[in-house]
Amino acid sequence: MRHNKALLVFAPFFLLIILKPWLPGWAKIPPKSCLGGCADIEGMIPFVDWVNAVINFLRKYEFFGAFTFRDITRSISGIIDSLLHFTEGLLHEGFADFNIGAIPWIALVGAAIIYGWYLRGWKLALLGGGCFFYLALFSKRGIWELSMQTLSAIAVSAPIAGLIGILVGILAAKRKSAERIIWPILNVLQSLPHFSYLIIVAIFFGVGSKAGVIATIIFAFPPMARLTLVGLQNIRSEVIEAGMMSGCSRMQMLFKVELPSARNELMLGVNQIIMQCLAMVVIASFIGQSGLGHDLLTRLQRLAIGQALEVGIAVVFIAIALDRFSQAIANKQPTHIPEGPFWKRRPYLTTFIGFVVAILVLSPALPFIAKFPEHLTISTSTFWDSIVDYITLHFYGPLASFRDAFLVYFLIPVRSAITGIPWIAIIALVACLGWKMGGWRLALIVCLFVFFIAASGYWVRAMITLYMVLVSLLICALLGIPLGIWASRRDWTTRVMQNICDTFQTFPSFIYLLPVVMLFQINDVSAIFAIIIYASIPIVRYTIFGLRNVPQEIIEAAVTSGCTQNQVLWKVRLPMAFPEIILGLNQTLMFGLFMVMIAGFIGTVDLSQEIFRALTFNDGGKGLVIGLCVSFIGLTADRLLVAWSDRQKQEYGLA
Amino acid sequence: MSKNIKIACKDIWKLYGSNPQDFFEKHQRNPSDEAIKSEQYIPAVRNANFDVYDGEILVIMGLSGSGKSTLVRCLSRLVEPTWGKVEFDGIDLLQASEKTLIEIRRHKMGMVFQNFALLPHRTVLQNIAFPLEVQGIDKSTREEKAREIIEIVGLQGRDNYYPRELSGGQQQRVGIGRSLAVEPDIWFLDEPFSALDPLIRKEMQNEFIRLQSILGKTIVFITHDFDEAIKLADRIAIMYEGVIVQLGTAEELISNPATQYVAEFTRDIPRAKLLSVQSIMEPISGEVSDQVHVYANDSIEKVARSVLAQESNVSVIDQTDQVIGMLKRERLLETIFENSSEE
Repeated sequence: MRHNKALLVFAPFFLLIILKPWLPGWAKIPPKSCLGGCADIEGMIPFVDWVNAVINFLRKYEFFGAFTFRDITRSISGIIDSLLHFTEGLLHEGFADFNIGAIPWIALVGAAIIYGWYLRGWKLALLGGGCFFYLALFSKRGIWELSMQTLSAIAVSAPIAGLIGILVGILAAKRKSAERIIWPILNVLQSLPHFSYLIIVAIFFGVGSKAGVIATIIFAFPPMARLTLVGLQNIRSEVIEAGMMSGCSRMQMLFKVELPSARNELMLGVNQIIMQCLAMVVIASFIGQSGLGHDLLTRLQRLAIGQALEVGIAVVFIAIALDRFSQAIANKQPTHIPEGPFWKRRPYLTTFIGFVVAILVLSPALPFIAKFPEHLTISTSTFWDSIVDYITLHFYGPLASFRDAFLVYFLIPVRSAITGIPWIAIIALVACLGWKMGGWRLALIVCLFVFFIAASGYWVRAMITLYMVLVSLLICALLGIPLGIWASRRDWTTRVMQNICDTFQTFPSFIYLLPVVMLFQINDVSAIFAIIIYASIPIVRYTIFGLRNVPQEIIEAAVTSGCTQNQVLWKVRLPMAFPEIILGLNQTLMFGLFMVMIAGFIGTVDLSQEIFRALTFNDGGKGLVIGLCVSFIGLTADRLLVAWSDRQKQEYGLA
Repeated sequence: MSKNIKIACKDIWKLYGSNPQDFFEKHQRNPSDEAIKSEQYIPAVRNANFDVYDGEILVIMGLSGSGKSTLVRCLSRLVEPTWGKVEFDGIDLLQASEKTLIEIRRHKMGMVFQNFALLPHRTVLQNIAFPLEVQGIDKSTREEKAREIIEIVGLQGRDNYYPRELSGGQQQRVGIGRSLAVEPDIWFLDEPFSALDPLIRKEMQNEFIRLQSILGKTIVFITHDFDEAIKLADRIAIMYEGVIVQLGTAEELISNPATQYVAEFTRDIPRAKLLSVQSIMEPISGEVSDQVHVYANDSIEKVARSVLAQESNVSVIDQTDQVIGMLKRERLLETIFENSSEE
């Protein structure tokens, strides 16, 4: 009965769809009106003009009649530029003025091995050393130099993003009023598609590697801010009290008690930042950041799949290595140092010093130390190309017919169904759902989100984006949930699946385009497949988490009541895991939205295409408004799904 | 025992809710139970009045949610009381500036926490030296001092260990060491042994008694364990729903419980061990054995064997060997078996 009543929430939505033929035109597709003489903006409210007006104002605004806002931003990018100059000098260019060369490849390999060994043992040592060795060995097409460029950009952006994140997090933790402003901004920043602020960055900071670094910083700092806030809020009150009773001043409290106690969250934040920086490697190259990303992009544009794959593998290698290292640093717990001479107390540091001395002494005599011998380098691109050729030759027929069938019988009908829904029906739907899940406030917030999209003039494109995301979400759920259930049954399958998820999640999103383009060329189907691969990760992960986290006692109670394995699954585990699975779907949707935007690069006609157009025409207002549309699609779904999950958890007494 | 007052608490109230200050004033600084309930305030401490004497161990005892932890935090102003006055060595703590408060905490107060509250990124030595470090004492002096304390709390050889490398009992030794580093005048212990296993708890209680015999601090000790309270306390305050229902020695609580609640609490305590002969003696009447005398101050447990060996009642004498009353055998037996009689 309860369920039947709950379905009434959908009644207004379906009613409006049924009534569609009798609805007036303005109720179907948001009308085009002109507030204040808009020329080419097609929305009810000219958001784009407004944003552009603000941008223009800022561009020209002069502080004290002396310097403009843009002067400030340009001088910031000057600072970034000199930092970049330094890291690039360290990693691959050397400092010609001082006659110092770059750090030799063998030093990086050795440092990675020793540090990996110190952190977690030989496996990590092998991974770290292997990564750098791969970059050196397969550098026939200049992968080493490109990698070093990429790494030097990360070496600049990650620390700055971390610092900003920590400062913002501290501010939010210390001032309740600041938290109320900062938290929603972080939400929007994290759900804005990357491309939409690339344009604004380009307007104010110019183009090139320095602009790339700034875009990366903007993109990477929110998770750090969030984790800092969470970390500071989660410190046990006793620890704070111990600090107070010891007589700490405010600063002592912050630096000696609070920040060190939040170490775990902060370290997780460092890991997140590094991964976000890597995710930006390709995207930042749109505004001229050099390095692996730029190379990958140009090769992908020329459809040189083999070469792109070769570069892609290097990116993946770096991503996995950086991820595992930063995780290992986060998990490394302090251990007491035994008494003894220096080499005994600090064996790894001693080894490292010895290694550096050896390199310095030997490098004049042995040239291969400074530079990996060129005749030994390898390129795999021809190998990948031959695989691509093979696939095209032998599988083109079946793949193409699968693709066409999928397109004609599934995608196109779904697409016309979703784009045909009157917009007021969708407003009615989110309003009812919001009211049901979290009361009138939630209903109001999500309605405003949807109204913004409707008023911006990009409604139809937004619906196409929504269709792509929903189709992928459906397929992800159909694949991911059973996979999660299967994996959660045994310990070893859980472990294997979690490892796969961890690894896949470290891949920068652009990488996913490579195999699908290889199989399906460029169209909607390959975009959707790329989304599915990328966005399946969270649903699998959350399903496993939810199922494995059912309290052991409850399972034991079910088993002693005589449940079979299947009954335990269907009657106990799945219902209890349901709230987590909802959260998984939420994440999948967010991942999906991100990927849709990137997939726009290989040709879809939704919002992402508009963003790419805005990027080409340097239209900052358009980019930002479309970005906000995407962000609000995500936030609407996020608000509703999280509220739903919370309600379920409360009902089960899990919260 | 000297009766110098170390901390004086007057009319302490702590209410949690939307606007406790106004609510409190509105109700003439004495809100009734009904008013508190109907306006959805949570009364953590209600009208607490007591003194802590120099050199005594005052145990505040109550079940979880009784307000005992809040009360002790009001004494150090970790929690800001809604109303009341706390005088520490004659200084009004609630009026003290942040600077004064930091000074007092740096030099005169020490606190031990239930879950140890150690800083995970610091070694044993650095944790114990922490209160000295924040005072700005130089490294070698503070580490020397910390080493002395490590010696006192029995953690020799563990200087460079991190908290996670220690057992619960050892971690609490670090917590105790840290609280003692500044040689505080007053020592707050908030359920220091509750998170430990029973055997370790007993060991730590004995350790605590040993330390106190060396140090002779003024102590406010929080616990929910009445056995622990009896073992350690000079005086015990029992709290129930934010109110101190009775404050007195263990013997007073047992022989003369103020409320039904206190009586319930003390019921399962072996009386013979705690009550003195004095508390059950009667004026002399009838036949009294003159072969055996018992001292009025001795515990019942101590004299039971010799009294029961007699055929008749025995006489009770004071310190000066004057006979001041008699002890009936039946009364003695009644007292010893009082706990079991109801089962």
